[in-house]
Amino acid sequence: MTGIVALYIFMLAAFTGYEVIAKVPVILHTPLMSGSNFVHGIVLVGAMVALGAATSPLEKSIGFIGVLLAAGNAVGGYAVTERMLEMFKSSGARGAGTRAGKH
Amino acid sequence: MGSMSDYLSAAAMIQASYLVTAFLFIMGLKRMSSPVTARSGILWAGAGMLVATLATFFYPGLSNYPLIMIAVVIGGAIAWISGRRVAMTNIPQMIALYNGMGGGAAAAIAAVELYRGGGMSSGGMSSTESTLAVVGGIIGAVSFSGSLIAFGKLQGLIRKSLRFGGQQVLNLLILAGAIACAALIATGIQAGLGAVTALFALSLLLGLSMTLPIGGADMPVVISLYNALTGLAVAFEGFVLGNAAMIIAGTVVGSAGTLLTQLMARAMNRSLGNVLFSGFGDTGGAAAAGAAVSGSLKPIEASDVGVMMAFAQKVIIVPGYGMAVAQAQHKVWELCQLLIDRGVTVRFAIHPVAGRMPGHMNVLLAEAGVPYDLIADLDEINSEFETADVALIIGANDVVNPVARNDKSSPIYGMPILNADKAKNVIVIKRGQGAGFSGIENALFYLDNTRMLYGDGQAAVGQLIAAVKAV
Repeated sequence: MTGIVALYIFMLAAFTGYEVIAKVPVILHTPLMSGSNFVHGIVLVGAMVALGAATSPLEKSIGFIGVLLAAGNAVGGYAVTERMLEMFKSSGARGAGTRAGKH
Repeated sequence: MGSMSDYLSAAAMIQASYLVTAFLFIMGLKRMSSPVTARSGILWAGAGMLVATLATFFYPGLSNYPLIMIAVVIGGAIAWISGRRVAMTNIPQMIALYNGMGGGAAAAIAAVELYRGGGMSSGGMSSTESTLAVVGGIIGAVSFSGSLIAFGKLQGLIRKSLRFGGQQVLNLLILAGAIACAALIATGIQAGLGAVTALFALSLLLGLSMTLPIGGADMPVVISLYNALTGLAVAFEGFVLGNAAMIIAGTVVGSAGTLLTQLMARAMNRSLGNVLFSGFGDTGGAAAAGAAVSGSLKPIEASDVGVMMAFAQKVIIVPGYGMAVAQAQHKVWELCQLLIDRGVTVRFAIHPVAGRMPGHMNVLLAEAGVPYDLIADLDEINSEFETADVALIIGANDVVNPVARNDKSSPIYGMPILNADKAKNVIVIKRGQGAGFSGIENALFYLDNTRMLYGDGQAAVGQLIAAVKAV
């Protein structure tokens, strides 16, 4: 990838991120922060490549820590985001079921 | 033109799968920005992550498979278990923790690449690559140690905010030191082990010393900022590795996170610089300035409140972090259902920075089963307080403090607030008579139409439920 192509990608992705978030209602701010936290868990693939190319013990140790942390970012980010979003239901979708259960 | 075998080569397959991943990430984030599709958004993004991770195992020349597998399994398992088990009230600090891990991983990539580049000059990185590697490394390391401090503060492990004279000067010196190391490495003047190690040591120290003076109330903004920074660090390391998926995902998060951080800081009527450098937002109450509040606190019994609410036309509930601490959200919803069954209109008013994160209250209310269409944000609900018979404040404080409107000497002057004081009756459920998280006296509590219902949030709402049932 040449530098200028990388810059194009960078610029377009920056606009995309801004536009995607711009219309978000406040109630989704925390799930969305959590979701974007999950998305940068993609650092996992970079960490895998770095560890996969590591040769000296020092490189391997740091690479190992990198993959460990990145896997934590990706998996943990997914777990909490999914838990939060699971709970978002409208009163129509929720229906009388829960209401009836309490009476 | 490449031959057929080129198209089918492992490298091309991996590039193609990264393209799919980038598409799934952006679609996932897009779907997460609407309550109707949010649930499926994380599934899309999750599928993207799975595709990219599996494809990377086929990366040409990849070795150390056992190490990679062990690290993925250990890191993934610990995070999965902790993420599944954590209580909803503690979600903010878990986001901080996972975010810090991502920053640490980006820094680790930079470290591996730089140590290798320093070891052998031939086949090393271009100056652009090494510049991006060091910048990404600094940002990732700052995000790592800073997020860990944010986690410690929200978890209650770090209670004090470390402040001393000349702190900003010290931070600047550390930053200057890190930049000096970065310049030496990027220009290749001194790219050995020592310089690289010093770079990361200084960056980690900077994250610590930047975050320690910031008070707990400001942590949401800080976490959001570090989230954006981690994204940026991931994008920079993506440049170094020539990995388009990392560049796109990291940049999208970097720009989205920056916007989110601005929205949050604006909701508190403070600039980002103010949050980072003023040292306000602490529990200590050092900033409890402002004019003294006159009047007295007028207590009320739960039974009286129950009658008042049962015969009201409209009740607006204003939850705050106190509700989360008391785990009162389930009881609150039970109370609301009783009122709704009696024909009372019930709305929830959520301030953008109520709780410890924007939307924190929404998540807790959703957990209790409150439909999201009963929940309104500041702009939607503020005109409705005048028509409300009862505004029930539970565990919220600064976000309903009218001094933000009229007392120029107050530290929160200018912050948009919920106009709960405009309701005919204001009921405040509060544990005791102390000032709030920020240490600022709340003028709302002393108004003529305000009554105080003292007690633990959960117990007090329980009494209200009994009182409404008895009507």
